[in-house]
Amino acid sequence: MSILVIAEHDNSSLKQATLSVVAAAKAIGGDIDVLVAGENCGAVAEAAAKAEGVAKVLVADNAVYGHFLGENLGELVAELGKGYSHILSSAGTTGKDFMPRVAALLDVAQVSDIIRVESEDTFVRPIYAGNAIATVKASDSIKVITVRPTGFDPVAAEGGSASVEALDVVKDAGLSSFVGEQKAKSDRPDLASASIVISGGRGMQNGENFKMLEKVADLLGAGMGASRAAVDAGFVPNDMQVGQTGKIVAPQLYVAVGISGAIQHLAGMSDSKVIVAINKDEEAPIFQVADYGLVADLFEAVPQLEEELKKVL
Amino acid sequence: MKVLVAVKRVIDYNVKVRVKPDNTGVDLANVKMAMNPFCEIAVEEAVRLKEKGIANEIVVVSIGPKACQEQIRTALALGADRGIHIEVDEDVQSLDAAKLLKAVVEKEEPKLVILGKQSIDSDNNQTGQMLAALTGMGQGTFASEVVVDGEKVNVTREVDGGLMTLSLSLPAVVTTDLRLNEPRYASLPNIMKAKKKPLDVMSPADLGVEIKPRLTTLKVEAPAARQAGVKVADVAELVDKLKNEAKVI
Repeated sequence: MSILVIAEHDNSSLKQATLSVVAAAKAIGGDIDVLVAGENCGAVAEAAAKAEGVAKVLVADNAVYGHFLGENLGELVAELGKGYSHILSSAGTTGKDFMPRVAALLDVAQVSDIIRVESEDTFVRPIYAGNAIATVKASDSIKVITVRPTGFDPVAAEGGSASVEALDVVKDAGLSSFVGEQKAKSDRPDLASASIVISGGRGMQNGENFKMLEKVADLLGAGMGASRAAVDAGFVPNDMQVGQTGKIVAPQLYVAVGISGAIQHLAGMSDSKVIVAINKDEEAPIFQVADYGLVADLFEAVPQLEEELKKVL
Repeated sequence: MKVLVAVKRVIDYNVKVRVKPDNTGVDLANVKMAMNPFCEIAVEEAVRLKEKGIANEIVVVSIGPKACQEQIRTALALGADRGIHIEVDEDVQSLDAAKLLKAVVEKEEPKLVILGKQSIDSDNNQTGQMLAALTGMGQGTFASEVVVDGEKVNVTREVDGGLMTLSLSLPAVVTTDLRLNEPRYASLPNIMKAKKKPLDVMSPADLGVEIKPRLTTLKVEAPAARQAGVKVADVAELVDKLKNEAKVI
């Protein structure tokens, strides 16, 4: 078996998620090649060559791949991928964008967002926003797979010594072009990848009160989230929504403040390692999933939390 | 221009999902079903394009058993003009769904195809991209803004850590993310009117597509249940536990 892993990167550094995808490839077994497609991405290729377990790094360095356009990456990976038994990428927004194109061009199915490898053709993935876990067997000769990085412990970033080979394959579908980008302005970590997340719900009463949570989030270096109720009430924008129709998070610590714990919210955060709930209603369903529950008025508890954290951090 | 919107009938997002005791799947018997939330956003976006005078016809298509005509009627009540139901009783996987939609695209020749980025049942996030690849169209996935400008469409996409704007040549495929819009509710008069709007029913064979599942679900299990933990007396105890017991801060 031979596995092609598509590196996730920003043209200057290799994303940690790629190391988790290599770990998934190791669990499948076989030779592992990594494709680095981008523009002026030599440093990424060098980093990928050092990752544990990588045999060869292929580099497609061209302006057409600079913004990771799905149409161009799709054609490139579909062509290269014909020589492999498995094609893997992270289930980040780039992988989610181009991988289904690869699968369609190869006329094979894609297995999305796997969290475990059972065998070379059988994989475990969450469905219904994690409310059910499916074991799926793929029958196509080439398996196209996206990997949820939190499902696999990353391989070591150092120690490997893979060969690096430049590719001269330029695929420009001519269907799309890059116009601009706007990186999240916040210094706070991205909600989906933050190791600590603090979220507010309807109990926050208004958007202004979220500033209390921001202070705690800043102390903890946490990402900020919200329940659908808080979003629907207009307290905060809906890119903060954690839940079945929002972002799915699985941080080390999830702090739910003034969130009752509707099913649709629990679906988005119940894989968190440690859950803290602060709510004045001791019957709130959130306490059924919380490792630590505090029955208290959040308007007293949150400022206290800020003070206590200042003492210990 | 003509806009094609694909919608899927799924379990209502408010329903508690239960795995069947024999681990063959999720129990959908007597469960409330609804239009996939991302598909509602797709319908809304098409209706707004029509209200702006950019779209002149909205065709809504759904693949599934007879019951998914309910969701087509919902889309018609929200402002779509015409429905297409591709009637299939068995499970249709993403690649086959994309092939069926490709056949519809070839027939209808829309300038823009809008789909939800994923359905909240299978969570695959594949069909729109597969359709774009099969039809040779560009794609604007996870869209938070769609601006049609002549023969181009600018799509702002929600990507990890921010937003990215692409320009696509039309025809193109757009898949919706949550921030694109807030869907309206259908009014009662519009629900009544929707009953009279045309709805064509066809089979995969009519479209020349053979349904061939490539993935077999061996089992479906409930996730490991979380146990309720402890109640702490005050904030000081909470911080102490987080630092010294859970060691997460």
